[in-house]
Amino acid sequence: MIVLYITTLALLLISFLKDKRKTIKAFKIALKKFHKISPAFLVMLTIVSIIIYFVPNELIVSSLGKETKYLGTLVASILGSIVALPGFIAFPLAGILKHQGVTYMVLSAFTTTLMMVGIITFPIEKKILGTKVTIIRNILSFIIALIIAFVTGIVFGEIL
Amino acid sequence: MIRKVLFAFYLIFILLSIIFNFKIGIDIGKNFLSFAFSMLKIVPVAFILIGLFEVWIKRETIEKHLGEDSNWKGYFWALLLSATTVGGIYVALPVSASLYHKGAKLSVIFTYIGAAAVARIPMTIFEASFLGLKFTLVRFFVSIPLIIISSILLGKYLTGRDFRFSLE
Repeated sequence: MIVLYITTLALLLISFLKDKRKTIKAFKIALKKFHKISPAFLVMLTIVSIIIYFVPNELIVSSLGKETKYLGTLVASILGSIVALPGFIAFPLAGILKHQGVTYMVLSAFTTTLMMVGIITFPIEKKILGTKVTIIRNILSFIIALIIAFVTGIVFGEIL
Repeated sequence: MIRKVLFAFYLIFILLSIIFNFKIGIDIGKNFLSFAFSMLKIVPVAFILIGLFEVWIKRETIEKHLGEDSNWKGYFWALLLSATTVGGIYVALPVSASLYHKGAKLSVIFTYIGAAAVARIPMTIFEASFLGLKFTLVRFFVSIPLIIISSILLGKYLTGRDFRFSLE
């Protein structure tokens, strides 16, 4: 994170020294884009804040732990698509799940759909890609996540 | 309009919860603030970088390396860019819109979006430390080819179908 700030600051400084007007224009572009997309951000944050409350970690643990391998994978991938957890919550949670005996295949389905499929981020994605392409892209990502989960299951000797 | 009304309801609900010490509402409000803060730490910086990118990087440069005539190197650049992306899809999408308006080709852009979801360096390190390097490597080497293939297919499908990125 600090690296990001320092890099940005350095680039800004270089940019400002080279061309003041261009740098101000860059700021204006940043502001305009931020302004345009912020309503979608608000929608997402609102929905996430409610969903996280009603889907606490314990529920995720219990619903993934007791299912069978294939059903568990399916449940995990659907859960991962709906829930949006930031990485700093998702991976420690996955670590906990692993210790509770959840298979790598199920974990893979969960974390990959969490990262690649975004029902929660739909309002943001729709704004940039349009509804149709957003749907296609998310379905493709879902299929890819399932393939990854199966390969993970094979590699870790959990299936076949 | 409906969105504004719903959001107003949400705010009123949170405020009333705080006044009357209603636990559900307070927890939801806390969730909102904690996620908003974690996004606000990254998003403004990312947008400034996008602004600098749009001002300084010439359209020809992007066209040459990521455009229609770029070969496999275009995908390589997309992967590299995604690895260094911070935040998540809410940063990757505005970046992809900028790439589009600078003339990058669709399959390269979709590769970038997909890879930015699964191959960001800080996140990958985090994942490997909780689930093991083997897990991360399998996910990485299976996902990248699939992302590139599906992006090429999606790009082919959308070319000539009047598809445009918005958010100029």
